[in-house]
Amino acid sequence: MNKPDAPIIMTGIAGNLGRLVMSRLHRHHKIIGIDRRPLGTIPPGVQHEQVDMRRKKAQDIFRKSRAYGVVHLGIMHDPRMSDKEHYTWNVVGTENLLDYCAQYGVKKVVMLSSANNYGPMAGSSAYLDEDTPLLGSFAFPGIRDLVAVDRAVSSFFWKHPEIETVILRPVHIAGARLKNAPSNYLRLKAIPHLLGFDPLVQLVHELDVVDAIAHALKPGVRGIFNIVGPPAIPLSKLLHQLGKPLVPVPHIFAKPLWQTFYNLRLSSFPAPEWDFLRYELLVDGERAKRELGYEPRRSTRDIINLFRPAEAMEPEFTPSAALGALSALTKSVKKRMAQKPEPHAPPHGPVDKLDLEPSGDE
Amino acid sequence: MNDTALVRRRGSGAFSSRDYIRRRFRDIPTRLNENGVDQFGFDPEFAAKAGPYMGWVYENYFRVEQHGVDNVPDGRCLLISNHSGQLPFDAGMITMAVFLERTKPRICRAMIEKFVTDLPFVSYFMERCGQLIGTPDNCRRVLEAEEAILVFPEGVRGINKLFHERYQLKNFGLGFMRLALETKTPILPVGVIGAEEQAPSLANLKKVAKLFGLPALPITPTLLLGPLGLLPLPTKYRIYFGEPMMFEGDPNDEDEAIEQKVQQVKGAVKQLLERGLRERKHIFW
Repeated sequence: MNKPDAPIIMTGIAGNLGRLVMSRLHRHHKIIGIDRRPLGTIPPGVQHEQVDMRRKKAQDIFRKSRAYGVVHLGIMHDPRMSDKEHYTWNVVGTENLLDYCAQYGVKKVVMLSSANNYGPMAGSSAYLDEDTPLLGSFAFPGIRDLVAVDRAVSSFFWKHPEIETVILRPVHIAGARLKNAPSNYLRLKAIPHLLGFDPLVQLVHELDVVDAIAHALKPGVRGIFNIVGPPAIPLSKLLHQLGKPLVPVPHIFAKPLWQTFYNLRLSSFPAPEWDFLRYELLVDGERAKRELGYEPRRSTRDIINLFRPAEAMEPEFTPSAALGALSALTKSVKKRMAQKPEPHAPPHGPVDKLDLEPSGDE
Repeated sequence: MNDTALVRRRGSGAFSSRDYIRRRFRDIPTRLNENGVDQFGFDPEFAAKAGPYMGWVYENYFRVEQHGVDNVPDGRCLLISNHSGQLPFDAGMITMAVFLERTKPRICRAMIEKFVTDLPFVSYFMERCGQLIGTPDNCRRVLEAEEAILVFPEGVRGINKLFHERYQLKNFGLGFMRLALETKTPILPVGVIGAEEQAPSLANLKKVAKLFGLPALPITPTLLLGPLGLLPLPTKYRIYFGEPMMFEGDPNDEDEAIEQKVQQVKGAVKQLLERGLRERKHIFW
């Protein structure tokens, strides 16, 4: 078995999430990145190999490096790519990677899957745990290969009990530059949603996912973990706080319409994605908290701030803004001084204790 | 007793007053997250807006009369009731009784059918008002949070009863008893009088319903009125809350053993119904 100070191999290092994980890990670990894409500026302690996991050259990297761990982020999900490309890249690539891990004494395998593999469905229980079957591909055939990858890594647990295998199943990851469906959706200029449906949604900030991956690399940790962010929020509340125009779509038209849009390349969202806006898919993150020591640190507001249009952002501190705020303050103080106190104050305090929504979108 | 805990009496119009509803909501210990909803999407602010309308129906349409609402204990609890009336107004009225008239207001979580999540508007309206999908996992989670659940063990067999079957309890499912044993939850029998006559169904066209993906298609004489016929008749509701029952035993016991305990609960509901029918003078007042 290779030692904990041996390097860590990262697939998909050149992706947006990959770069974030790299910048978190490279201070403590030597990193070898495997990605077909170029990495750009390479920080010290990082070695980048532009190799395809399906090629023999990937095996050489494992043989030579004697790596301690593998962080497997190199999963492709591009609806425009062919099924064959998806299958060979994701499933064959992952199986090769697991073979090399077993062969060359890797101690730890961390794989980033997704809670979307459970699948949004009418009438499913809230807060699914990690033992829930992965039924996501029933209604969304485009993610069959992602479910297959999760299953392949799950069966690796009992094939190689000496290797600490970790599967992370985060909820929708929200990131400023991420190109996944939820981030693309929240970045739209006008946001379509289903008329008459308002499911609770769970999102997690990209940096929280990076935290979870760092936790998963700790020696002794193994298992499957749902990774959640701040508490669930009704989709409507989330969209209203974004401050963008909303386009309600009746649910009978949504899927056929979007299938046409998608075929005509007017939209990048395949029609089955609508199910995520219609049904609830909530997962329970207790196990990650208990066994992984992971807790989300970014709030709903942090996530919303990633996607708000520039003019709606909270004003930055500038001298003129400070002056403006000061004059507004003096005005309101003067106004209050001029007012007489109310003769009969309500005895039970304000009845509006129920106004729980954060006041206004400043 | 301070003003907020005081229960208003009927006839005062209080049950449809926004102020009263808001104050009742303020007294409910709900665990809200940073987004203003609880873990199942219950939103007191949303519900407080819908509350006055439900309160109006409670007070003026069905003119609900409750007996023993303070038998509903604090902490976890399963309310077991008869189910009827084609549309689940009985669930709404039991929930409103516990919310409006119990000394300390409580929210009952009614278990709704899976197909409801597929209906636009209804799905999220139910959720924001505190109802949830009746899966065993959901029930367990709610009971562990020390909340009250309203269960109709007759299920769709009950709500689609024909008129001549009124006040005859259909078979009770066993799931609620296993859940109660597992989570050590007291069971409170509830009898609803009045809902069984609100929509007199002469026939249930099951095959046609299946064709349209509906759970049932009741034929009522009121359908002659067109869309208005969907409204229930303004029968007078009488809701009887029994005494809490506590059961002990193995939740994974044989069906026969569980069935015995379920029969005790069914018997208690039946007694409440008999008492109610004895006491009432007329269906409509």
